Amino acid sequence: MRDLARAVPDVAVWGRLTLVQLRRVGVDSLPVALFIAAFTGVVLALQASYTFKNTVPLYFVGTLVGKTMMLELGPVLAGLALAGRVGASMAAEIGTMRVTEQVDALETLAYDPQSFLVLPRVLAGTLMFPVIVALAILTGIITGWLASLALLDLSTQEFLKGLKLFYLFKDTWFGLFKSATFGFTITLVGCIVGLNTRGGAEGVGASTTRAVVYSAVLLLVLDAFWALVLLR
Amino acid sequence: MIQFQDLHKTFGAKPVLMGFTLLVPDAETMVIIGYSGTGKSVALKHVVGLLQPDAGDVIVDGRAVSSLERDALTALRREIGFVFQFAALFDSMSVFDNVALGLRRRDLTEDEIAERVHEALALVDLTGAEGTYPAELSGGMRKRVGIARAIALRPRYILYDEPTTGLDPVTSAVIDQLMVRTREHLGVTGVVVTHDMRSAYTVGDRIAMLYEGKVRQVGTVAEIQETEDPVVRQFIEGRPA
Repeated sequence: MRDLARAVPDVAVWGRLTLVQLRRVGVDSLPVALFIAAFTGVVLALQASYTFKNTVPLYFVGTLVGKTMMLELGPVLAGLALAGRVGASMAAEIGTMRVTEQVDALETLAYDPQSFLVLPRVLAGTLMFPVIVALAILTGIITGWLASLALLDLSTQEFLKGLKLFYLFKDTWFGLFKSATFGFTITLVGCIVGLNTRGGAEGVGASTTRAVVYSAVLLLVLDAFWALVLLR
Repeated sequence: MIQFQDLHKTFGAKPVLMGFTLLVPDAETMVIIGYSGTGKSVALKHVVGLLQPDAGDVIVDGRAVSSLERDALTALRREIGFVFQFAALFDSMSVFDNVALGLRRRDLTEDEIAERVHEALALVDLTGAEGTYPAELSGGMRKRVGIARAIALRPRYILYDEPTTGLDPVTSAVIDQLMVRTREHLGVTGVVVTHDMRSAYTVGDRIAMLYEGKVRQVGTVAEIQETEDPVVRQFIEGRPA
């Protein structure tokens, strides 16, 4: 973290590269995040209907889809998917640069790898993950609503009624804030693991796996931590 | 002037450098020869602070590299060009951007950068290759781009890590000529790490043999060629033990 802070004043280097990473993290990650969210929304609606049948009014399907997507499944499922997509890709890319001496070359050219490689990626992850997750949440709610209309005896008004019923603004910012911390963690882990790669192709492979495992574990620990700190 | 002073470096349980001491005066090309895995590249990486010594130090123009603060180390690195064994070009950048990358850390306009890049590529006979990518280049061309990247900085020192390894004899000779031409054109001090004796004789003013972590012998090309030290003799003649 101290190394990363040291790179902050070097705006001339990381500023332009962050824009490139924002596009890469954002555009490249969006399809997988939206794909997962779309199916999650449908499944949530169907499972809620199955659980509530004959016991709870069906408009609570909207409540469950909305709350679950915003508070948990939107951020966590997208985060886990992006740990595989973004974290692994960063670990592999930087790991390859490490074993082919490109990182050493950067240093000899008077660049700090923290400002050239790490900071742009971490910033992009922290800024783009909430955007991706916001779109994933929206997608999940829309597919949940469409599934309710098409497959359950639920009208749009009823779904919206359930959606609004226990909605708090905190539901939105909690999910997005959490996803920003996921983005920070996943990209930082990917970069650190990549920079510490040793050996050749085998080392890069091992780093990629390590980045995904560490990110996923940290993401779940963070998820529990934020629930404990912010939802009690 | 570069001074390796009683340099020690161990990786795990394996000692690599055990009191490596060598003086490289200004405007001289020193060639460090030795068996594979004896620590030649390790010694070279200490000059630019890519590795920290366990003991001893490298002194460049009076500056002890291992104790330099980050800004001072960056300033030192601006004076040194480093040519990596496998060129270490950035795959995602064109040849132009690879050569220009170091120049973008200097106070130069885009026009001045472009001029320097074209000049450096011309010196390595790669005029017209600006738009190509490393993946499209042969091994020899990649090494020449690596050299262009180093000389574009107009450094005081150039460090070459195994510049001819893996190349065919003709391409190796081209790289050797290039190193000689670079010294003649730019008057830089050079350190070349190699186990290619033909290359060592062509580019070196003096040759030092690294053996068991220390300098076994250092001398002019003629002195090394006429050495009676059995270890050096065996190495330069390429005789099996």
